[in-house]
Amino acid sequence: MPGASSGHGRQWLHRIQWTIGLAGVVAGLPAPAAPAAPAASSVAVAVAENPYETQQPRVARGPIDQHVFSRLAALQLTPAHPVSDATFLRRVHLDLIGRLPSAAEARRFLKDQSADKRDVLIEQLLARPEFADYWSLKWSDLLRVKAEYPINLWPNAAQAYHRWIYSSLLEDKPLDQFARELLISSGSNVHCGPVNFYRAIPGRDPLSVAKSVALTFMGTRPEAWSADQWSGMAGFFAQIGYKSTGEWKEEIVLWDPARPATSGVGPARFPDGTTPVLSPERDPRVIFADWLLAPGNPWFARVLANRVWSWIFSRGIVHQPDDFRDGNAPVNPALLAYLEQELVRSRYSLKHLFRLIVQSQTYQLSCVPRSSDPAAASEFAHYALRRLEAEVLIDAINDITGTSESYSSAIPEPYTFVPADVRAVALPDGSITSSFLELFGRPPRDSGLESERSLRVTAGQRLHLLNSSHVRKKIEQGPALAELLRIPPDRAIDAIYLTVLSRFPTNEERRTLRPGPKAGGTATRAVALDLIWALLNSDEFLHRH
Amino acid sequence: MNAPSMSDDLWQACASSPALPGSPCLTRRDLLRRGLVCTAGALLANNLSLRALAAAAGTPGPAVTARAKSVIQIWLWGGACHLDTFDPKPGAGAEYTGPLSGALETTVSGMRIGESLPLLAKQARNYSLIRSLTHGNNGHETAAYMVQTGRSASDRSVFPSMGAVVSLFKGQDAGYTGLVPPYVVLTELQGRFSEAGFLGARYKPFATGGDPARDPFGVEGVVAAGLTEDRQRDRRELLHRINTLARTMPADPVLTASAQAESQAYDLILGDAGKVFDASQEPAALRDRYGRTTFGQSCLMARRLVERGVPFITINYKGWDTHKRHFEVMRTKLPELDRGLATLLQDLSDRGLLDSTIVWCGGEFGRTPRVLWEAPWNGGRGHHGRVFSALLAGGGFRGGQVVGASDAHGEDVAERPVHPSDLIGSVYSLLGISEDARLPHPEGLDLRAYPPGLPGKPSPGRLHEIM
Repeated sequence: MPGASSGHGRQWLHRIQWTIGLAGVVAGLPAPAAPAAPAASSVAVAVAENPYETQQPRVARGPIDQHVFSRLAALQLTPAHPVSDATFLRRVHLDLIGRLPSAAEARRFLKDQSADKRDVLIEQLLARPEFADYWSLKWSDLLRVKAEYPINLWPNAAQAYHRWIYSSLLEDKPLDQFARELLISSGSNVHCGPVNFYRAIPGRDPLSVAKSVALTFMGTRPEAWSADQWSGMAGFFAQIGYKSTGEWKEEIVLWDPARPATSGVGPARFPDGTTPVLSPERDPRVIFADWLLAPGNPWFARVLANRVWSWIFSRGIVHQPDDFRDGNAPVNPALLAYLEQELVRSRYSLKHLFRLIVQSQTYQLSCVPRSSDPAAASEFAHYALRRLEAEVLIDAINDITGTSESYSSAIPEPYTFVPADVRAVALPDGSITSSFLELFGRPPRDSGLESERSLRVTAGQRLHLLNSSHVRKKIEQGPALAELLRIPPDRAIDAIYLTVLSRFPTNEERRTLRPGPKAGGTATRAVALDLIWALLNSDEFLHRH
Repeated sequence: MNAPSMSDDLWQACASSPALPGSPCLTRRDLLRRGLVCTAGALLANNLSLRALAAAAGTPGPAVTARAKSVIQIWLWGGACHLDTFDPKPGAGAEYTGPLSGALETTVSGMRIGESLPLLAKQARNYSLIRSLTHGNNGHETAAYMVQTGRSASDRSVFPSMGAVVSLFKGQDAGYTGLVPPYVVLTELQGRFSEAGFLGARYKPFATGGDPARDPFGVEGVVAAGLTEDRQRDRRELLHRINTLARTMPADPVLTASAQAESQAYDLILGDAGKVFDASQEPAALRDRYGRTTFGQSCLMARRLVERGVPFITINYKGWDTHKRHFEVMRTKLPELDRGLATLLQDLSDRGLLDSTIVWCGGEFGRTPRVLWEAPWNGGRGHHGRVFSALLAGGGFRGGQVVGASDAHGEDVAERPVHPSDLIGSVYSLLGISEDARLPHPEGLDLRAYPPGLPGKPSPGRLHEIM
């Protein structure tokens, strides 16, 4: 790092003038300390230019917008302005594929004048393989894909499980079929991925299995039902057998009708109180799956549609998305009913639901609220600002700098050694990790609860990004930045902004960064490094917005 | 059985059967692999939205008088041999003692320790020894989990380690206002089993990274070599100037939290809080006494952190998993331990801090008493969970006592078995944590902070002999 020696000290003098010299130029701006404004005005205050929104009128594009906007009108909540092209570009990349656009992609999209460019981009993103990587991450959290304690799938089984999830998403396997395969599969843990669903349940007793099934597919937590309901539900899972083979860590999951009854379990009864027609020739898991996935059963499609919505908006129409119960009503029942109906109509296509949502004007509102009413957030009057997930954040830093990470598992089997170019979102096993991922709130995958993932911003995280040798080294030595560090900063500014924030700098930012008279020469690199460092530490980079 | 979870049956089986190589619970997993990049590996807990979190935080139960304020946990990572340290067996013969066949009289009559610990021998009035710890498990991860949490590894939930529990009840939620996080690890994390379990990221330890034996001690994120303070300040100003989103949404709660976290981070980078990690302020002679090694200077650093009120400090002291070359390693390791730990006890005592600071030195298990002279070990020691030792000092623990005993060869408990939960329960009680305290659980389970004790017992025992 320049600055270590006294020779560099002089260059720093230039650079200091370069930044401090701006004070006069930007004297008219509000003070930079963020929480300066009075708490009462959560409405946006004037910044000379705001790159996040446009002043164009909102256009309701379909039923989603009709349902959301009519609620907002009834509640007298003003929706946010529509989102700008640049913010949409970054947002939809992060939301659909968990990855930033490259500088070239950003430049191309921003220069594109065609009217349908947003819809075209949405289709391109839905078709990219990273879509499957990113949504495998989400499903792997919920389905507890993890080799070690307390899930204990073992590495090769965790990978088989993940591979099955990944290929299901790649082919947009109908979600009802996805659930059915998880519920009824029998076979080897290392050959038949979905059987690991029943292995990824600590305890493995019928009651624990019933609770995992209900949480995953019915959004229902243990406290929502009575002991009788649980006992009846557990009755469907009382004949699951687990059998080891001669192969190392191989285990067969199977229907074992001879399995002795467990006390406190069954007889099988559906959670709605109806009694199934059981037969000794049929695996009771199949009978349960038939019931759960039957057209007209409200549980599955509603819970899934709500989950998908919550993944995009960071909160469900029923919130939390895995807490369906009496007393926790949807904020917008018509909206949820519409999404549920679309999911069924599209034959349970996840991509169809994503497409509908991200095409809506509701999704394409800015994150800057225009109402200080807290209901604005729960009624989706603006986009939900939140920190990037651990995996997305480190992948973004690596993409920008051209660097990679090393990940390792507590179980050093061959299956846990991952090549250097594997992105964090694509890690197949929750036991393969790094201290960065742990620091930034990667979920332990112990419970299958959505809330396991933490997006809290902590001082330790800021410390790491601001000042750790890990991140400094990436910025200072990352091969992807080498070119940016060579060109004079005034010309590099556009490229640096496009690379880190996927947009051009505003005029105001250009003025702020105008080089001082003495900048140039060997100080160039240091100036560019500082700018990249600052942008990587900006809230705009750290958050989806 | 390689996976670290164990059924209760197996737990019993392991506890009662000889741990032979190849028995189902003998597992060797290279925990060190976990170390990889030790960065600022954990959160600095922050003071944000404490009110909002109050609902999620544990319930402390009725107030109890605390005798101890801080804990220094010296973790002999990999498992140190009880015979060579705190439970010498000079009469057991060379087959057991190897070349370390002696035992030292200490300043307490009748209390003898390993021959390689002469400085500790002079400190015996300051500490007591537990010679009958047992859990019966010989896998690093499972055993470490049992010793760090006091719980068996078969439970559905992953419990927090002692440091995380102390951080919950003695950290920010309990009014700790220090800028240094309440649970600090010098220097590397062990991985999940030593950490927060279901308590989540907020209660994870802050791992310093770096090496305290080097000046400056490069605490990850706090000390950046080559960046002058002026440049740090310039950068911070630049960051604020270009932080357009934060200026667009000045009252947003997420961004406000982000700004506060940043400001706390800079308190450590630029403010006085980070100075705790600068041992160059200490007299050179004292630093020499601790030993200019990573371990010695970690002990010094732990004392500095205790002075700042940090409630829990763990020193993860590597290098004790000596399957091979055991005695060669002990020749350097034991004097290093002796110097660092003895100086720490003396230094704490000189400063009047020992009465309020618990020092606990021990690892996940002991090592096989009979030396493995055969190939491929050629003079090594394996894992031994049936009986092992720990040293306890300060914070309300009386010194100069020995609790329990192993048999003539150090193979099994001979009297007064002590389970890890007894030790943990005793520490919690000296810290003033209520017996009724509850841990917050994500699924709302009602869980007591005190571990349940041995299978079938609702509460852990106490080391009443030394309390």
